[in-house]
Amino acid sequence: MSLIQAISAAAGGAAAVPAGPALGLIEQLPGLQVALPMLGAVLAALLRPGWLAYAVMLVVALLSPVISFAILHEVLAYGPISYEMGGWEPPVGIEYRIDEANAFLLVLVSIMMAMVTIYAPRATASEIPARLHSWYYAMLLICFCGLQGMAITGDAFNIFVFMEISSLAMYALIAMGKDRRALVAAYQYLVIGTIGATFYVLGIGLAFALTGTLNLVDLAVKLDPVQDSRGALAALAFISVGIGLKLALFPLHLWLPNAYAFAPSVATALIASTATKVAVYILVRFVYSVYGVDISETMAYDTAFVLLLASIAMIAPSLVAVFQSNVKRMLAYSSVAQIGYIMVGVALLNEAGLTGGLSHLFNHAIIKGCLFLAVGCVVYSTGITKIDQMAGLGRTMPLTMGAFVVAGLGLIGVPGTAGFVSKWYLIQGAAEVGYWWLVAAIVIASLIAVFYVGRVVELAWFREARGAAASPRAPAPEMLAVTWALALAVLYFGFQTDISAGVPAQAAEVLLNGYTGGAMPVAETQGGVSLGE
Amino acid sequence: MRLDVILRIAAKLMIPFIMLFAIYVQFHGHYSPGGGFQAGVIIAAAVILYAIVFGISAALRVMPRAAVEFMVPLGVGIYAGTGIVSMLLGRPFLDYDPLLADPVAGQYWGVFIVEVGVLVTVAGAMLAIFYAFALRGRP
Amino acid sequence: MELISAIVEHYNYWAVIFLMVGGLYIVVAKSNMIKTLIGMALFQTSVYLLYLSPGKVLGGTPPILDKAIKTYSNPLPHVLILTAIVVGVATLAMGLALIVRINEAYGSIEEDEVIDLVDREDAAE
Repeated sequence: MSLIQAISAAAGGAAAVPAGPALGLIEQLPGLQVALPMLGAVLAALLRPGWLAYAVMLVVALLSPVISFAILHEVLAYGPISYEMGGWEPPVGIEYRIDEANAFLLVLVSIMMAMVTIYAPRATASEIPARLHSWYYAMLLICFCGLQGMAITGDAFNIFVFMEISSLAMYALIAMGKDRRALVAAYQYLVIGTIGATFYVLGIGLAFALTGTLNLVDLAVKLDPVQDSRGALAALAFISVGIGLKLALFPLHLWLPNAYAFAPSVATALIASTATKVAVYILVRFVYSVYGVDISETMAYDTAFVLLLASIAMIAPSLVAVFQSNVKRMLAYSSVAQIGYIMVGVALLNEAGLTGGLSHLFNHAIIKGCLFLAVGCVVYSTGITKIDQMAGLGRTMPLTMGAFVVAGLGLIGVPGTAGFVSKWYLIQGAAEVGYWWLVAAIVIASLIAVFYVGRVVELAWFREARGAAASPRAPAPEMLAVTWALALAVLYFGFQTDISAGVPAQAAEVLLNGYTGGAMPVAETQGGVSLGE
Repeated sequence: MRLDVILRIAAKLMIPFIMLFAIYVQFHGHYSPGGGFQAGVIIAAAVILYAIVFGISAALRVMPRAAVEFMVPLGVGIYAGTGIVSMLLGRPFLDYDPLLADPVAGQYWGVFIVEVGVLVTVAGAMLAIFYAFALRGRP
Repeated sequence: MELISAIVEHYNYWAVIFLMVGGLYIVVAKSNMIKTLIGMALFQTSVYLLYLSPGKVLGGTPPILDKAIKTYSNPLPHVLILTAIVVGVATLAMGLALIVRINEAYGSIEEDEVIDLVDREDAAE
């Protein structure tokens, strides 16, 4: 880098900026959001020993939420932001385009990354061999970079590239689990994930052949007249199935339970709370913004089919979760069920439903993040992963299991917790279109959650501790602090819904309008970045 | 008596030209098909040929494993660093215009530097993959 | 006749479909993990062809500006597919590395046998 600066300075380049006004810090934020984790990953991979790499990750992870909150603030105040990668104007160049929906997602992903990072060092030391620490942190940062890139970019092919960046890092992270079954889980995820990504590229290829553009806004404009053609519908079908594999939509979820169950606890918490959420966002972006809600009239049967799948997804994996013996796998099956809730919201195609879906995306990330981190604390202190062995843990590790109970209540959707708010919106959305069977399905699935959460809670609090559970090692304070911070967030967002439901409501409105219907195209300016309409 | 004389002599003759071709592909990427990725793969192929003919320990003396694993992030660092420099000069990430006084020259050298980064990463990654498989199970 | 000419004129798409379905079949049908990855690579290759074949302009040259040249091939698909090939290479390397480690851990690269062992470990929990 110093070489570049030397060359640049020697030629007097620093002084002369060719076109347009120089961009300020605020305008550079979208670029930084992705460039920072990438640079952090590079440094983390180069630095030895592991704690130096961790320091880099900590700096990146603490700066990222600041950046994403600033972006969210800009978007809420001035409307969509467009950032031209490499100074090439869209639709020729790659555009980073941020509106309410993905600004919200950026905040979610970066907060979860920050939480997981603060939690990471001791959990990592107990699970990963010391010589791999730097690479492990680099992988976490690459995964984070890929997820942020997927969320922020406005270019269909760029989404694929970032998706594979994050997926490759995830395969490596999962394979780093202690149990040898982690390897098989990573392999199965790799095969299924690659097929999903290839289906996605296939769909993009068809859309590209049809329109000659990859920019999402431009794609929306150019697809509009040919939306009902066979090519456009085939493209949508391939994209939906491809992303469906990535987001583990029932029955495409078979890779997920083992991947979550055997990954290291920090990786599980990060992946479980962000990766599938970003994939949901990509699907929502294509169905709502690019194709527009009116496509649903052509595809009325398909949305009904997705609703049916989503309601099976809420109930069937919940039932499977009740009979799991491994607590992480139980939570993983519960994640598949929660994706069902989110997809119900997405497939309802009305504002309350979509608000509920996006809000559940946020709430579930916090709840499941908290649960996996609490389990991580248990594994750190006792090495226990089986539910049977967790008997009496509530008495020996009251703080950890207390957080587990709070988040578990959120998962069930008890009033006063975050889970209740989003489920309330979902029920409202379902009632609006008169799908009472769907309301029943949501309630039944929540009742099943009482069983699987209740099973752990009953064992942990109302039994005598035996074996490893009787004498746990003292938990690390920062791990407990992060777990409780998320548990308190579950309670906080049960009352304060400005961020967890207010922003999703605005995002839902923007998404329902689509890129072509009603929403103003982003104004082009010379400076490369334009803020608002 | 060694029976691989022809292989050894042929490899010794070819490896310099393979390297030279890689550099040609790298520098000529502006004018003809080519660029950092292809050049990186060709360089890695030369080292892999050397390893196959002269043995992996000989290749490890030329390209130690630590160096290869250092190259992988280093190349990405060159790439991302160029982008950050553009940002520091007040333009979007990876906009090469401001790197030099003349935007055309800036584009020229900007692409060049990024392609060098790509070369370093790709050559490093290919060799790292090769070493990882070839050295598996050895001390 | 029209049907036949429609089939023959789109021979590139037939190649794509053949590779895609063949690759996907290998992924689903084969238990050997290496073969599964070969099928996966074939499947990815079919998509490369899908992008590249419409990008070729008959009589066009490589897309490098020159006053003497009028017709260029579309460069965008090539750039996209170069990226996709890199992703494919990385995925394949990652997959093979996982198979090596699965072989070390379970002593088999047959998915059936490995899954049996995994199920037994699950049941033992």
